[in-house]
Amino acid sequence: MKNDRKMTFLLITIPILALFVCFNTIPLIRGVVYSFTNFRGFGTYDWVGLRNYIDLFSDARVGKSYWFTFKLAVVSTIVTNVISLVLALALNSKIRAKSFFRGAYFLPNVLGALVVGYIFNYFFTYILPALTGTSSILSNPGTAWIGVVVVCAWQAIAMNTIIYISGLQTVPEDVYEAGGLDGATGWKQFRYLTFPLIIPFFSINMVLCVKNFLMVFDQIMALTKGGPAQSTESISYLIYNNGMAGGQFGFQSANAVVFFVVIVVLSVAQMKFSGSKEEQL
Amino acid sequence: MTESKSIRVWKYVPMIFLILGLITIIFPLYMTIIIAFKQPSEMTNSISGILSLPQSWSLNNFREAMEVTDFWHSLGNSLLISGITIILSLALHSLMGYSLGRNKASSKFYNFVYLFIVSGMFVPFAILMMPIAKQTAEMHLANWFGVVLLYVVFYMPMNVLLYSGYLVNIPMALEEAAKVDGASTWTTYWKIIFPIMKPMHATVAVITALSVWNDVMTPLIVMAGSSQNTLPLAQLNFQSQFGTNYNLAFASYLLALLPILIFYIVCQKQILNGVVNGAVK
Repeated sequence: MKNDRKMTFLLITIPILALFVCFNTIPLIRGVVYSFTNFRGFGTYDWVGLRNYIDLFSDARVGKSYWFTFKLAVVSTIVTNVISLVLALALNSKIRAKSFFRGAYFLPNVLGALVVGYIFNYFFTYILPALTGTSSILSNPGTAWIGVVVVCAWQAIAMNTIIYISGLQTVPEDVYEAGGLDGATGWKQFRYLTFPLIIPFFSINMVLCVKNFLMVFDQIMALTKGGPAQSTESISYLIYNNGMAGGQFGFQSANAVVFFVVIVVLSVAQMKFSGSKEEQL
Repeated sequence: MTESKSIRVWKYVPMIFLILGLITIIFPLYMTIIIAFKQPSEMTNSISGILSLPQSWSLNNFREAMEVTDFWHSLGNSLLISGITIILSLALHSLMGYSLGRNKASSKFYNFVYLFIVSGMFVPFAILMMPIAKQTAEMHLANWFGVVLLYVVFYMPMNVLLYSGYLVNIPMALEEAAKVDGASTWTTYWKIIFPIMKPMHATVAVITALSVWNDVMTPLIVMAGSSQNTLPLAQLNFQSQFGTNYNLAFASYLLALLPILIFYIVCQKQILNGVVNGAVK
């Protein structure tokens, strides 16, 4: 009987683990291996040691993509979280047609980012310039990133709002009543009562936002294709574009390895940080 | 008197804010529908020309868009890939979650496998993308089935985490009772544990479905040479064929959004619950 249980668990675990190793661990290792070569994606290649990594830090295009991606991630995260919080507070207040509004506000999240990007591309290229009388923000290297922020935020707000609402629902009504007696209303109520109680949900949203925005790809593909003047090349887009088609397989593998390390460090730091915040409560 | 008046005014602020906010969600959709039904000759340069109602609600654009983008084939591929991925995810991820969840406390091996798989969450697609393009081609998996296998691997960390977390709430006594009746571990799992995890199956199915349906990158990398498309991938690959015929393009975008819109309207409650469960747990 005992053996049956042990055998069954092994027979479940080993094949599924093998599948995981085959399509996650092995490609990951191959990616690291390629990063030490001058492989172009086809033909023969040589070992170049740390050459790719050294070149990476002096490559202006790579530096630019990191700057753009982090700028996008930080600004979008702030914009998304501020708007989501306000929306969640409004959606959680005593209003009519609550479930209709909640359903409607979540809609952007279920739509595919690529198609949404194409729709906004048209909006930025034709509708907005006609409304404001200016040229398209996507055609100007200084403003194209704002367009990407708008599209990223438009979809991410839907998700974050829903998470904040479920957070607000965990705050019991009597906390507000007790706070009200002490004069905590309006902003004070939010700052000292509501927000500290929904910190775990704030952490979830921060982690979700930063991770998704750093890996941005579809929106870039649909809105700008990295342009104008490579001003909106995200890290993922650069790796795809130059690694898959541009003959930089080895070099972009090194870029991807660095990107992987950055993601791991950021994720661990975020979890440590939000963990310590929650303990203070 | 004045104070109660101001409170009464404040009561409407969230509502007004929500209605204004709703415009930012409805407007892009309105724009998509209107442009999809119009003829190129109706697209004047002024805003009112673009945003006015079409002269006739003809379905010609849709008919043409279906032909240009091979709509039914792409839809079929998307349905096939999403459907099989969901079935395999529910079966394999729940089994893995069960196996690891039940053993990780008592066995170092299972605990290691658990951490190994869950840490796969930190691996960005960017680092796997190039090796996977090579590997799937070598393994003759550069087709829809390769995409399915990759999805099963990519969503495994998240889903195993969810399932094994849910398992904590299911008492061992249930399994032991079945064991006394002479049932094997395998039968016990399918007869007792799998049905009990139904709420988690709903969550996993929803979040897997949304991610798979809208994903562009994996099919883009894997199926590039197969002349097969998924619904979002078709939008990308046929983008150049739309040319400046934006009416045709928007008809195609609308067609691409329609299945998920219908799914959302029908299963809104389950989708919202599933997404919140997946994120908060």
